[in-house]
Amino acid sequence: MSKHLYFTKEHDQVRKAIRDFVNQRITPFVDEWEENGTAPLHELFKEMGTLGFLGIRYDPKYGGEGLDYWYETIMLEECAHIPCGGIPMAIAVQTNMATPAIAEFGSEYLKETYLKGAIKGDMVGAIAVTEPDAGSDVAALKTYARRDGDDYLLNGSKTYITNGTQADFLTLLARTSYDSGYHAFSLFVVPTDLPGFQVSRKLDKLGMRSSDTAELYFDNLRLPKENLIGAEGEGFIYQMKQFQHERFSALPMCYIGAEDIIRETVDYLRGRIVFGKPLIKKQVLRHRLVDWLSENEGLRQLTYHIVRMKMAGQDATREISMGKLIGGSLLNRVADGCLQMHGGMGFMNEMRISRAFRDARLISIGGGASEVMSDIIAKLEGF
Amino acid sequence: MGNSGNAPEQLSYFSSEQHRLRMAVREVIKKEVLPHIEGWEEAGGFPRETYDLFGDLGFLGIGFPEDVGGSGGDIFDLIAVSEEIMRSGSNGFAAGIGSLNIALPPIARHGTPEQIERFVRPVLQGKRIAALGITEPGGGSDVANIQTTAVRDGEGYRVNGSKTFITSGARADQLTCAVRTGESGAHGISFLVIEKETPGYTVGSVLKKMGWWASDTAEIFLDDCRVPVANLIGKENEGFYTIMENFQAERLQLSVMANMTSQMALEEALAYTKEREAFGRPLKGFQVIRHKLVDMATLVEISREFTYRVAAKINAGIDQVKEISMAKNFACSVSDRVTHEAVQLFGGYGYMRGYLVERLYRDNRILSIGGGTTEIMKEIISKLI
Repeated sequence: MSKHLYFTKEHDQVRKAIRDFVNQRITPFVDEWEENGTAPLHELFKEMGTLGFLGIRYDPKYGGEGLDYWYETIMLEECAHIPCGGIPMAIAVQTNMATPAIAEFGSEYLKETYLKGAIKGDMVGAIAVTEPDAGSDVAALKTYARRDGDDYLLNGSKTYITNGTQADFLTLLARTSYDSGYHAFSLFVVPTDLPGFQVSRKLDKLGMRSSDTAELYFDNLRLPKENLIGAEGEGFIYQMKQFQHERFSALPMCYIGAEDIIRETVDYLRGRIVFGKPLIKKQVLRHRLVDWLSENEGLRQLTYHIVRMKMAGQDATREISMGKLIGGSLLNRVADGCLQMHGGMGFMNEMRISRAFRDARLISIGGGASEVMSDIIAKLEGF
Repeated sequence: MGNSGNAPEQLSYFSSEQHRLRMAVREVIKKEVLPHIEGWEEAGGFPRETYDLFGDLGFLGIGFPEDVGGSGGDIFDLIAVSEEIMRSGSNGFAAGIGSLNIALPPIARHGTPEQIERFVRPVLQGKRIAALGITEPGGGSDVANIQTTAVRDGEGYRVNGSKTFITSGARADQLTCAVRTGESGAHGISFLVIEKETPGYTVGSVLKKMGWWASDTAEIFLDDCRVPVANLIGKENEGFYTIMENFQAERLQLSVMANMTSQMALEEALAYTKEREAFGRPLKGFQVIRHKLVDMATLVEISREFTYRVAAKINAGIDQVKEISMAKNFACSVSDRVTHEAVQLFGGYGYMRGYLVERLYRDNRILSIGGGTTEIMKEIISKLI
């Protein structure tokens, strides 16, 4: 393990604090939250906010810790140890999906109100981009924010919104013009207590059961113009940047998640006696495990390379897209293969591997499908 | 349905009678099953009356000779029926209604006339539910290592042990149960039919599974069950051979299930990519998507033809242990890939319950585990090549 090349004693202290919290305040409740199809995010985020976990790299002026991307990576890694995908995802929505654009492009007012609220854990955030007819094809978005005096009037719907039934605010991408091209969109912060906001329904999913997902509806929602993030017409550009934080957060989920289920599977194989010997003695199984670990190490090192690029102020869109592409594929293969090694038990809901298999399936769809990652990379490569 | 239905008759594996049978089953599935299947999946089971209905229609007896109460027909009658039952879109329903196809053959083939009256006829009529009990908590693939013991005691056996992952296990009236009556290893295994009412027979809680929700899967505990010698199927200590023989039929069934799972996922993907637009054109307008669909369709076609070919050879009485093991592995690797890709093509929708591809993806995962894992198939094949 090359951890010591990048992580100091100070890093380890933060890591331990997060790990202790996860072990004591999250992991014991995961089964219950999975069963309930939702988690009490207001309570959970308040606790995490009080401990400073939700604002790791944000400005202390707004309650953040002012730390760097290495600390953020530690946070994501430790959350990825939670034995489900739903809760790490809910947390990453708060820290890496719904708030980066507010922090980077938002006004003082927006930062004081929403960024601070999210960092302290007083508010639950969500990111609202996808619509029923527009997933990867952002240009097909229909939700429209029409200027009306000092306000915008918002109409339309959003779907697959993680934290959607509990969110206090949405970071939302809407059309502000019918022109074609990238400057027809703007990014807003939409408080969910305004008239005209409605949760149409909670969605029932294959996996990520502990995380609530909603379809949202906006009917003439009157939004003050102060809730526009940055400049009108720049929303698409902001969101593409925000996506980099979102996609990056998927990487530790992949390599930590994969490693955890591999370790767990090895334990199972040691204890499972078949044909008179523990299954771990089967060469075919050992080699399969080693193949996954090798690929996984590659993904981990690519992630650390990305952190170094970000620390140096470089654009890492290409590498992050590659990481998500590889990560989604790897985690799915590892979850599938480890389930296979559990035999019939692997198909039973009580086993973590069964959950991991269902949860993994989202990684290569959510936050930009694998096909979108491939398109981005091809474009950046110039072909 | 299998596309071979469109082939000229001399090339088709199915006769025109078999085609008519297929159409009859299709109608019943459409009218009696599809309108309820979502509810049955949610409820974790289907009504017992469905067995009666399928029994009355003679569907349960397909593939069993008339002298044991069956409807007659060969392997392709059974495949036609299975394929159409799979059109319910629920592997669980197919496995549940079809559990007799793994539970009865040992009795139908090796049972006495009295055993056939008691344990075969009523099941084929839909009056009793039958399950097969082989897998144990401590051993799945390692069949020769069965731990459940049956010790001879006067006119009966005393049976102790437990069986798990038993399809239809929660409400089965009778269990075709593999037990150890002799020495350790393959040569000490026998089959007993154990009835639910037997004192000491208890059903554990219904197991919650990733997929196959419409089928009840349970653990069964056998605590000093007294089973009459009259319930011994065939000869004592010769059960292992029967298990192996039975596995061939089960593996063929699973291959058919995998192929139909692939077929339905492919059809869903074809329809969806035609209608769903992104970047100003239907998804099918993208070359990568088109080629992906072609790869899926090609694999589905090959797998179905291979399975049919193996089935035809089994029908002709040719030993196909190697080939059916290959067919199961191939069909399952195809259905793994095709269901995975179908979900991908549906994007976020594919992850949502209520979409058929979501259920197919969950249901599919057990196919390469149940009835002998992919790894066990490879062990068998490696010995035969």
